[in-house]
Amino acid sequence: MEEGRGEEVKHETMTRSKEHNVGLMLAVFAVLYIFWLLMSACINPLNGHFSPIHIIAGIICAGVVTLLSHDLLITKEGEMTLAKTFRLIAYVPWELWQIFLANFDVAYRVLHPKMPIDPRIIEFDTSLRSDFALTTLANSITLTPGTITIDIDPGKGRFLVHAIAKKPADALLVDKTMINKVAHVYMEEA
Amino acid sequence: MFSIINIIATILIAGGAFFMVTGVVGLLRFPDFYTRLHATGKCDTLGEVLVIVGCMVYQGWSFITIKLFFLMFFIFLANPVGTHAIMKAAYLTGLKPWKKGEERR
Repeated sequence: MEEGRGEEVKHETMTRSKEHNVGLMLAVFAVLYIFWLLMSACINPLNGHFSPIHIIAGIICAGVVTLLSHDLLITKEGEMTLAKTFRLIAYVPWELWQIFLANFDVAYRVLHPKMPIDPRIIEFDTSLRSDFALTTLANSITLTPGTITIDIDPGKGRFLVHAIAKKPADALLVDKTMINKVAHVYMEEA
Repeated sequence: MFSIINIIATILIAGGAFFMVTGVVGLLRFPDFYTRLHATGKCDTLGEVLVIVGCMVYQGWSFITIKLFFLMFFIFLANPVGTHAIMKAAYLTGLKPWKKGEERR
């Protein structure tokens, strides 16, 4: 199924004119160049600072990166990208709060004289299939202290996770709030 | 006004330093490779965020604040990927995880 879809996309891009590709490259170039201007602060209206060498170097650097990797930043469009982006932004504060709480948990385990750890490797299946959803969940699991993703089987949505104790493991195996939230963000069934 | 900003920034950076030290203590105390990775790879997330937010508060509104924000953003993207890569490499090499009750390595 995956291969069939790939061929279809390839066919589509081949039949389409080259203009689409140029438009994509221009968009990538614009994003990179604006980012460059922001980072180098070479045009600063506040103190009238203006340095042509940074502006020209930015054009060259952004151009080279665009030529080499314009197909990486913006991939083929999925459905309802905007809604998913908003849901992802809404998901981030919750994730930050979880990181905050879980960090105290790990700090407690580290500093406690008896060191209450009980490491284990757990395995669980999810119904997530898309690359973005799997990556988001894997990164969320690794960012949340107490659990690290070891491996993913994308075909089955199977996760292999190392947990430092029973509590963080149960948060994934029993509670499943994080999995449900990621599924909600990417509009897939949990 | 200045002193309040200084106090908030100091508290945030001190909190970040606390979590960094906790990570180091974990590195020394924990029994095996996997659990040590938990301590070092994880306490960093909150430690770094607190230090950077402290710097942002201290700096006020400027280009540097935006740069610090992007620094935080990229650490959040890169940290889990790096931790996961090290973990997977160890797992594929066949390193056995430590179980409760075993001797520390």
